[in-house]
Amino acid sequence: MKSLEELKAIREKMQGQVSMRSEDSSQTRVVVGMATCGIASGARPVLTALSDYVQSKKLANVAVTQTGCIGLCQYEPIVEVIEPGKDKVTYVKMTPEKALEVVEQHLIRGQVVDKYTISAEGRI
Amino acid sequence: MMTELSLNVLDVAENSLRAKADFIQIYLEINSKQDSLTIVISDNGIGMTTEQVAQAMDPFYTTRTTRHVGLGIPFFKYAAESTGGNFSIQSTPGKGTMVQAEFKLSHIDRMPLGDMTSTIYTLITFNINVDFIYTYIVDDKSFLLDTREFRHILGNIPFNEPEIASYIKDYLQENKEEVDGGRYI
Repeated sequence: MKSLEELKAIREKMQGQVSMRSEDSSQTRVVVGMATCGIASGARPVLTALSDYVQSKKLANVAVTQTGCIGLCQYEPIVEVIEPGKDKVTYVKMTPEKALEVVEQHLIRGQVVDKYTISAEGRI
Repeated sequence: MMTELSLNVLDVAENSLRAKADFIQIYLEINSKQDSLTIVISDNGIGMTTEQVAQAMDPFYTTRTTRHVGLGIPFFKYAAESTGGNFSIQSTPGKGTMVQAEFKLSHIDRMPLGDMTSTIYTLITFNINVDFIYTYIVDDKSFLLDTREFRHILGNIPFNEPEIASYIKDYLQENKEEVDGGRYI
């Protein structure tokens, strides 16, 4: 069974090397809808997958956060990518697999994955 | 409809967060002898009046403005009552809210518990300034996670640091297996 002693050991190891990530205006925000509609459609695994990929790819300039319902429940799970100085991109009907594509294509290479956006669903 | 009870727990806890709670307790007890599964979620959020509590049970009521229905609480209530269980909400404005759902464990209509580890992990690591107590009891075994203990050890190191988040996930998973022996609930 995991003990709190292990957590103390991790802290000792990390001491001094934690750089406080501050939220600044140059940061890209990835926002996942986590209201009833999102959760019922599978937002929980999408949120954790996004956060895991962003961590494993060491994208320090990307913050994954959650929000409530944005009023497009039939398109959930919804992921919004908000980059400073650019139009917001809304991805709909997301899955953990699609989320990985968004991380690799959009967040790393800067190419919007058009086929998953809300405009591809026939709605602007 | 939610596909597993752990998603109802996440949904109700998200309500607590929107009600500005910074301390949320989640209690889950499985009692084979009494054939019961009990879930209690209590918070120190803004609370509700008696009238608002009644409205929360109504699917055609919601506080949000982006849509006109609110199904979270009705889903959870229905899930409990369809097993012959009970559902209640107690709330005091300015103090907080307690949502309690009791299920008949062996009832054919009881949804599976599902991935509680993911629910608690998501709540803790995406709401790093909120404290959680999670209690998981299966018959005579139990474990308790208190983020205030983590915070005491970690000081200003946030819960969403990769090493810490991964410790929290393992902590939840290993203790869960210790308590329920990997039994499908």
